[in-house]
Amino acid sequence: MATVEMSFTPLPAHVRTARLVATAVARRSGVDEALLDEVRLAVGEACSRAVEAHQEHCPGEPVRVALTGAGGRFEVVVTDHVAANNGTGTAQPGGTAGQQGPPATAGPTGPLPVVPSELGLAVIEGLADDVEIARTKAGVIIRMSWPSAGPDLASRGERA
Amino acid sequence: MDLKLDHHSNDGIEVVDVEGEIDVYTAPRLRELLIELVNLGHYQLVVNMEKVEFLDSTGLGVLVGGLKRVRAHDGSLDLVCTQERILKIFRITGLTKVFGIHDSVDEAIAARKSEK
Repeated sequence: MATVEMSFTPLPAHVRTARLVATAVARRSGVDEALLDEVRLAVGEACSRAVEAHQEHCPGEPVRVALTGAGGRFEVVVTDHVAANNGTGTAQPGGTAGQQGPPATAGPTGPLPVVPSELGLAVIEGLADDVEIARTKAGVIIRMSWPSAGPDLASRGERA
Repeated sequence: MDLKLDHHSNDGIEVVDVEGEIDVYTAPRLRELLIELVNLGHYQLVVNMEKVEFLDSTGLGVLVGGLKRVRAHDGSLDLVCTQERILKIFRITGLTKVFGIHDSVDEAIAARKSEK
C-alpha cells in the first residue's frame, strides 16, 4: 500500500502540485535534505512526460503517482496509460534511454544537439538513485527510489 | 513560484532576466519571449538564470530552441548561472558543452564582445 497515492488530469499545471506533494512525502519519509531537489526534479520529469503522452493519446485519462516510504527506501511510481510503440520491455539505467549528453559533438559554437523527447528520461536516470522504466501494453511505468531514514527517524528529526 | 520574465539591452546585447520555475507549465512563456526577441532582430542574447529556482528538461528544450534560432542569424545565446542545482541538470544532459555558461551578466557580455 502506497503511503500517498494521487491521480491528476493531464495538465501541465498539475505537475507542479505532484512535485510539491512528492517532495513533502519524501521529507516526511526521511529522505536526506540534500536529495530532495533530485526527488523534486525526477518526479517532475516523470509527470511531465506522462502528461505530454496523455495529452496526445488519452487526455481523459488521469496520470497516477504512488509514493511509498518504507523499508529504508522512498519509492515513486509514475504510471501513464499510453502503450509504448516499441512493444514491451524494460529500460535500465545505462540503456539507450539513459545515454547522457547530447548525441552530437557540441561546443559553444559547434553543432547543436538534438533535444530528444525522451530527454526527461535521461534526466531521471541521472538523478534517481535507482530507476526502472517498464514499457508495457498498458502504458509506461517509471519506478524510482532513493534511500530514506524511515518516517520514525524523520519524525524524531523534526522534533529535535 | 511562478515565472517572471523581463529583458533589457546592455551594451548591444539583449539580457533576459528569468525568475522562478521553468517547467512544463511555464516554459512556453519563455519560448514565446525568445521567439519575439529574435523576430525583433535581437540575435545576441544572454539569459540570466540566477533567480531560477527550478529547471526541467522542458526548459532545457526551450533554451536549445532559442539557441537554434539565434544561430540561424549567426547570433549567440549565453547563460548566466552559478546555482549548483541548476548547473547539475546541464551537466547530466551534456549541455554544458553547448552553452556558454557564465558567473555574471557582465562576464557573459565581456566574453561575447571578446569573440567579435
